[in-house]
Amino acid sequence: MISLTSPVKTRAHDWPAGLKLAGLCASTLGLFYITSPYAHLAILLTILAAYAAPGRAFLRSGLRALKVLWPFIVIVGIWQVVIGEIADGLMIVMRMISAVALANLVSMTTRLSDMIAVVSWLSTPLRKLGMPTQVLEIAIALVIRMVPVLMGKGTRLTESWRARATRRPSWRLVLPFTLLALDDADHVGDALRARGGLTSEREN
Amino acid sequence: MEKNVALIALFAALIAVLGLIPKITLGFGVPITAQSLGIMLAGAVLGSKRGALAVLLFLLLVAVGLPLLAGGRGGLGVFFGPTGGFLFSWPVAAWLIGFIVEKWRQPPLAVSVFVASILGGIVLSYAMGIVGLSLALGKSLTESTSLMLVFIPGDLIKAAVAGALTSALAKARPSSVLSRA
Repeated sequence: MISLTSPVKTRAHDWPAGLKLAGLCASTLGLFYITSPYAHLAILLTILAAYAAPGRAFLRSGLRALKVLWPFIVIVGIWQVVIGEIADGLMIVMRMISAVALANLVSMTTRLSDMIAVVSWLSTPLRKLGMPTQVLEIAIALVIRMVPVLMGKGTRLTESWRARATRRPSWRLVLPFTLLALDDADHVGDALRARGGLTSEREN
Repeated sequence: MEKNVALIALFAALIAVLGLIPKITLGFGVPITAQSLGIMLAGAVLGSKRGALAVLLFLLLVAVGLPLLAGGRGGLGVFFGPTGGFLFSWPVAAWLIGFIVEKWRQPPLAVSVFVASILGGIVLSYAMGIVGLSLALGKSLTESTSLMLVFIPGDLIKAAVAGALTSALAKARPSSVLSRA
């Protein structure tokens, strides 16, 4: 399982993840209050400079994540030209790219373990209220483990379809696939229980 | 407890893997992915609470940076992008679908899941998604709605498939459809 954290080490990798996330929320909110197109241009250029600073490999993988925005840029572009408010359109496009680029920058410079530490810190109030939050951590680990397992099973189902049928695999495969996942859930549930369960005091 | 955690985690993984299925392009050039079918199934099969939790767990993993969304996308950027509203709608949609399937038991299961998926996966999901789109693109709600209309036929197909799959699942293994357990 590959996470989106960039393998290119930057100084921002060592900044506290919680601080980066809080800063991201604040600055995204701020983006919607700025109305000057020049300010938006300056912000966008600063963010792009931050992408370029750690080197070409970092810049390239960062820009790849922004490519999904181009249909929206085209739509807004055509729209604004048609209604004749081009300056407005430029601002909207820059704001959209800045918001996504900034969030993506945080993802690229924060390790998965640091992110999960923030999630666990955020769930502290729930723990104080008596909710078993270690369950969340086990659930996260389970998903990360089971995605490749299910991918393998899905591939084998597709192969056996191909071996027997001349038509392309269809949505019908989702049925046996879901059954396999539910069976796995049964086994994993039993295995968790056999290893002492998730909450020692509450279970029978 | 253990059983529920395992079911929620496995369904979150299932939603992720459904996103890997190559997207099909409908006759008029609109791509559809199987991931939102996973959201409908989560509610319809697991029921309201577990379904919503499975979707939340999936989105949490996307947010912390795993590329689990259709097309290998992930990270925080997707929540701040133009289609972020749709992502935020998914747990609510799964909950609503599960709730309707749990309560509305007169019609055949396939019909109940089909209608629930339309209300949760289309009406509710598009409502939230369109609000997000109009915020990001600076367009009015009506203008944003007109941009999304092309995707509705694909989602209607998915709602029908979700209905057919859930009812087949109930026949193959009645105990597995927990919304009706």
